Amino acid sequence: MTAPATAAAETPRAIAWRRRRAGIARTWHEFAAQKAALAGFVLLVLTVLLALLLPVISDSDGLDVTKATGHPLSPPDGQFWLGTDIDGRSVLLLTMWGTRISLLVGFAATVLSVLIGTVIGIAAAHFGGWISTILLRFTDFFLVLPSLVLAIALSAVLPQGIWTIVLAIGVTAWPSTARLVRAQTLTIESRPYIERSRALGGGHLHVVGKHVLPGVAPLVLANTTLVVGNSIIADATLSFLGVGDPTSITWGAMLETALNNGAVSRGAWWNLLPPGIAIVLVVLFFTLVGRGLETVLNPRLKGQHS
Amino acid sequence: MTQALTSDQAAVLVDPDENRGGTGTTRFVLTKIAEALASILLVIVLGFLLFRLLPGDPVAFMVRERPTDPAQIAELRDRLGIDKPLLTQFWDYFTGLFRGDFGTSYIERRPVLDMIGERLWPTVLLVGSATVLAVALGLWLGIRAAWKRDSFFDRAQTGIALTLWSVPQFWLGLLLLVVTGGLFPSRGMHSPDAGPGFFAQGLDVLHHLVLPCVTLLAVFYAQYMLVMRSSLLGEMNADYLTTARAKGLRDDLVRRRHAVPNALLPTVTLVFMQFGMVVSGAVTVEAVFSWPGLGQLTYDALHGPDLPVLQGVFVVLASAVVLMNLLAELLYRVLDPRVRTA
Repeated sequence: MTAPATAAAETPRAIAWRRRRAGIARTWHEFAAQKAALAGFVLLVLTVLLALLLPVISDSDGLDVTKATGHPLSPPDGQFWLGTDIDGRSVLLLTMWGTRISLLVGFAATVLSVLIGTVIGIAAAHFGGWISTILLRFTDFFLVLPSLVLAIALSAVLPQGIWTIVLAIGVTAWPSTARLVRAQTLTIESRPYIERSRALGGGHLHVVGKHVLPGVAPLVLANTTLVVGNSIIADATLSFLGVGDPTSITWGAMLETALNNGAVSRGAWWNLLPPGIAIVLVVLFFTLVGRGLETVLNPRLKGQHS
Repeated sequence: MTQALTSDQAAVLVDPDENRGGTGTTRFVLTKIAEALASILLVIVLGFLLFRLLPGDPVAFMVRERPTDPAQIAELRDRLGIDKPLLTQFWDYFTGLFRGDFGTSYIERRPVLDMIGERLWPTVLLVGSATVLAVALGLWLGIRAAWKRDSFFDRAQTGIALTLWSVPQFWLGLLLLVVTGGLFPSRGMHSPDAGPGFFAQGLDVLHHLVLPCVTLLAVFYAQYMLVMRSSLLGEMNADYLTTARAKGLRDDLVRRRHAVPNALLPTVTLVFMQFGMVVSGAVTVEAVFSWPGLGQLTYDALHGPDLPVLQGVFVVLASAVVLMNLLAELLYRVLDPRVRTA
């Protein structure tokens, strides 16, 4: 990793970017060396592709209750591979379409919660003093609060729809990210180059933007992947409880219909297994990728696996 | 996964900032109680703001689909105190809580506190029995898994626990309903045809309890098991175990008398720490099995929507979680002499 002879001609910015590119390449290499993580990544990419391409490769008419062609609750056969639901719609088609909203809500809620968590975490570590004390108390408060009850309360007062779910998950799931980011920021800010940067006149914006943020970014990335899994389960739970948009197709709503419209009492297991297994699989993919990233990027875990 | 799980746990249990203040136990206890009280105050403020500031006029909620004249609406507005300044409203709400006035349900038109009171015991029964069983099962499996580290038993148990841990609870409940196929009652807590008398009634409730309790148990025991396992693994190479073995103690005596008591500490406090998760689990599982507890009350209130009930349940459950965490912190101090003298 010694600098090439041409380094003298490069600007500091170019050097920084070259090092970052090399770092990313190294990370990818270490990540791809873990079979489970790589498998999770490939399957996740395939799932996202399927979700994006659904309008092209399948017919959304099958989702419409009035255009359903099958008999209610018929078991799996040659025509409907996973059987039909109470309205005679194909469970396979519904499950595939459920991927779209689950992924969308999962990603959007995660972005929101990681954003809140990162800002509060960095602020709590960077500013110190009473700001830090208040932010920490605030974080601990939200950490112990029963998040599902808070999310239910929030979604009861907001208009029904997927963005309400995103908001409800986003504002309840951030405290663990905030704690993680705070710890990492404290570690980074105790290093001598931060002191040097301050001595040279670097302000808050400079220190946080140029040094702290690039330092916490890898850890935040690994954490984000793990948070998506939790957000997808939270989304399924909330839509199962009937919080979401009643017209959209989600895995949680499919399971709610199965319970309330008699599929469960009639033992129609083909209405239960597909959406549930879909949730478990997608969460598993995210967990595999997240664990893999964490192993590579978290300095605390690194020694244990090499 | 186990490593991350326990390090998170440890981070919560042993706060590095804890030694800021004095070292006296009294001071520690008072600080913790003051912090818990501040948290409960914050819960009340949050509960108040959540249902007042957000969009939606409560009066419009209450009178929708019912013929009402303007005079009735005005009377309602006056009774709810909606036209007063926000701070006055908060003060009325706050002092009301201390008089046991949690508001009146929009739908059932009864005091919210009464509704919460009659739903409390079914939830305590469900959550209590599931927790006791989860602790017993989790500790038993965790101890055995750690003692035979990396054996087939260890790897199989850890795998099963992690899988159950990541499955959505309500889905597990639905699967149990279909798999048992009518062997156990699927709804409620009593059946109308149960005979009179204490014994028959008790059996009937137990019969109804089986499925919701097993569902909660399946999800809860995993964490006890994993924490107990890694906590015991941490003790495994300790010198005092070598000494105990050198004295000639049999293997299971070494385990029972020396290793387990020392490893038990994190799991004991976990019972209280877990409470927030237990509450969330109860809400979903009660919704699946129509168990007439606080979770079912929340579910019904959400569909009303019955905002005063939701507000009351939120304040009660969140305060309970804060109190449980306070207990966990105090208990940890009592049980661990290292923390006490630090």
